[in-house]
Formats: sequence, C-alpha cells, structure tokens
Amino acid sequence: MDEALLRTLTPTVIGILVRRGADFAAAEDAVQDALVEAVRVWPDDPPRDPTGWLATAAWRKFLDAARAETSRRHREVRVESEPPPGQGEAEDDTLWLYFLCAHPSLSSTSAVALTLRAVGGLTTRQIAQAYLVPEATMAQRISRAKRTVSGVRFNQPGDVATVLRVLYLIFNEGYSGDVDLASEAIRLARQLATKTDDEEVAGLLALMLLHDARRPARTGPDGRLVPLAEQDRSLWNTRLIAEGVDVLQTALARDRLGEYQAQAAIAALHADARTAEETDWVQIVEWYDELVRLTGSPVVRLNRAVALGEADGPRAGLAALAELDPALPRYTAAAAYLHERDGDPVTAARLYAEAARSAPNLPERDHLMRQAARLNAQQRG
Amino acid sequence: MAKYLLLKHYRGAPAPVNDVPMDQWTPEELSAHVQYMQDFAARLEETGEFVDGQALSQEGTFVRYDGEGRPPITDGPFPETKDLIAGWMVIDVETYERALELAGELSAAPGAGGKPIHEWLEVRPFMTAPPTITE
Repeated sequence: MDEALLRTLTPTVIGILVRRGADFAAAEDAVQDALVEAVRVWPDDPPRDPTGWLATAAWRKFLDAARAETSRRHREVRVESEPPPGQGEAEDDTLWLYFLCAHPSLSSTSAVALTLRAVGGLTTRQIAQAYLVPEATMAQRISRAKRTVSGVRFNQPGDVATVLRVLYLIFNEGYSGDVDLASEAIRLARQLATKTDDEEVAGLLALMLLHDARRPARTGPDGRLVPLAEQDRSLWNTRLIAEGVDVLQTALARDRLGEYQAQAAIAALHADARTAEETDWVQIVEWYDELVRLTGSPVVRLNRAVALGEADGPRAGLAALAELDPALPRYTAAAAYLHERDGDPVTAARLYAEAARSAPNLPERDHLMRQAARLNAQQRG
Repeated sequence: MAKYLLLKHYRGAPAPVNDVPMDQWTPEELSAHVQYMQDFAARLEETGEFVDGQALSQEGTFVRYDGEGRPPITDGPFPETKDLIAGWMVIDVETYERALELAGELSAAPGAGGKPIHEWLEVRPFMTAPPTITE
C-alpha cells in the first residue's frame, strides 16, 4: 500500500469532484473519506487505476453526504447521480487548489492546515500531531478555513507569493512528530514547480533542498544543536545539494531575482565550502545586500551583520549591528558571537546568558547557555 | 490513577540547595542536566505515567480587563516580584506518594559540580470529574 501515492492523488481527485460540480468544502471532505477507505481496502485489493478508484469512491461519498443533507433539510437538491466514468478527466489541473488553500483571506495557521490536508493529503490527525494540538482543534481550524474560502472564485490567477509563504512556514516547522513536515514541504514545492513557471518557486525549492541537505549534521547524537561552523560537513547530503544548486542555477539564469532565490544562493555558498574557513563570506554579504534591497527586512539586516563580521572582521559586524533595533529576535545572540570574535569573552558570556534567557526554543536555549558556560569556565581557568 | 502537575519555577519558589546560575556551570554539567531531564521523561513514558511536559519562556506578563472599549492593562514584562513558572510536567500516577517520589527524583537533576540541584518543585493534584457512583 503506497501511502505516498495516495497522498499525491488527493488534489487531483478534489479537482475532479469540483469539476463535476461539487463545491470545494464538500469535495475535500468526500476525498478525505475516500482516502480512509482506500487505506482500508487497497492492501488486499489494490486498484488498477488508483485515480479512477479514488474519484469514484469520493464521488459516492459526496453523493451520500449530499443526500443525507437533502433529507435533513427536507428538500430536494438535484445532483448528478452517476458521473461519466472518466479517464479523460484525469488531466491534472490542481494549481488553483494551492491558491485556494493559501488564499490571502486565511490566517497563516489556517492556510498551513488547509494546504496540508487538501494539497498534501494528510489526515486531520496527522496534522494535529505535527502541530501538537488536539485533533478536534485542528478539525475545527480546517473547517473554519474551508468556510472562509467557500466563496472564492478563480477568474484570475492566484498569488504565488502567498503559496510560497505557506510552504516556507511548513518547511520551517521542522521534524517533530510522525509526519516530517520539512519533507512534506519539499514534496509540495516540487509538485508546485512542475505546475508553474516561476523563478521564485524554483528558488524556494532550491532553498529547501539546500537546507534539508544539512539536516543530518545539524543536531548532535544527544539532540543538541550544532552550529553551521562546527557541523561535520561529510554528513551533508551531496545529492540534495547538487539538486538544489542545479534548480537554483536554472532559476538565476532567467535573471528575475527574488528573495527565495537570494536566500538559496546564500545556502548554496555555504554548501559549496568544504570547511567553514573556506566559506566565501564576501559573496555571502553581497547576496545579503540583494536580500536587504528585496525585502528591507530587519532580520535580514541582522544576518547580514553577522556575515559582515566574517567578511570584514567582528568590528565591522558590530558596527552594522549597532544600527539595528536590539529588540530584534536573536540580536543578543549575534552580539555575543561578534564580541567573542572580537576578543571580549566577558561581554560575550554575559550576552550569551542573556540571549539564552530569551531563546524561543529549548535546543537554542541550551546551545546559548552552553556557549556562556564555556566562556565562563575558560575565564575561571 | 490521578493526575498531578509538577511545576518548576524560575522565580517564586524557595531557593534550591545547589543554587548556582546555569551560565556558571561547565558545559559538561549542562549536558548532564539536559540528559537527566530527557531520560526522566522517557522513563515516565515507558511506565505509562507521562502525560505532557512543556517548558515556558522567561517572559511573562500579567494582563487584566480595563473596561469597555479600552485595551487590557498589562504589568509589562519582568516585574521582579512576580512568581514565574519555568515549565511543567503532567503525570498520571497511582498514588499521591508516587507523585511525590517522582517530583523528588526530578528535583535531584544534577547542576553545578554534577551534584543534585535540590530544586523546590510544586506538586498540584488535578481536579477530577465527579465520580459516577456517589453513594
């Protein structure tokens, strides 16, 4: 039983039902029910035409639900009872589904949940587990999201930027739980890249591949965070790096730069260095300049300050940092790092401890506290 | 079975015996502490007594309603007098004694010098649903 295949078919089958006249919310529910049935039936009785099987099962679920609804309301609703059997309609045109699930009228949490279910084919339970909330809460979030987008009509192309943001958020959520959200985001980005001709889709896919390539080196055996400079680079996945670089170069060649391509370029430069010392920081700073130009984001400026500290020395980094708001997330951690590089372990230790106190997650807190402890222990001799 | 909340405080609990701030430990002592906490939770999962555990950030704000049409009042972050919870673990155990035993074990987590911190933890029983049989 190929669960991955089942999940890839989800958006296609939703598309088929919608073309037959089902509204999105009902189609999506029916396909979820059909997926559950497929998981039960397929192991013993695998279908020859999985898409056709699912479409038929989902259509039946849809009719059942519509009939139940009709009798509940004591009124007649006309539904086509038997659809034409269809290989012909299996043409995959599910791009609109990405746009719908990432619609600007949705909050980002809702868009993420809806995308994972309707495009990703995950069950509500799996999504709930991945985000550590009760299943009932996630079910409610999804049904509210579906209600929000129920009136949306697509007479113009959707906004790719909102879709990319949703996929970026899914990727960044990481690897907790049974479902590997990072891999799921990569799968969805790949799928999106086959349906669109957009440099930024390619840029985001490249960014994900290049970061995922470093995953095996990013945590130590005891779960601790290993910073980029200290990672065992032989653990990096060279196949993913090669693919990421390839996707990125094709996108960059079209000369329509965007923020994801620029971020991917920075990741590619890191991937390209066989040791931390070989890193081409000068070029990385240039890419950060592009990113600042594209986004104006203070977080990007913070990262640029750290890169500048490597390219031009810690004093230059600290000077760039001084122009930023100290309330920025990770400002204090960056300052601690630059002060240590500048030969001031006392200030660095104090700042590391301060940064640890405001760290947003445990691995990061432990890492920062360890840095403070290391410097304090050195000073005690 | 009964559920208990084990509460750990950043501030507001009596001072522990081995009271050295974390940034003054050695990196090895820090690692040992983190490992102890992970092992403790893993062991409770194995015995079927673990329900939930979360760590809280050190930022906390008291908030209250300030009347119709007005934004809520906050006391701002970090007032020094405030009790500040660092995290919790919910356990589901047979007896109150078992809850105390586990809290004691958690409080023995190693700190500076590899010695137990003897940290004060708070054990709070959950209110339960009313029983079906009442007489």
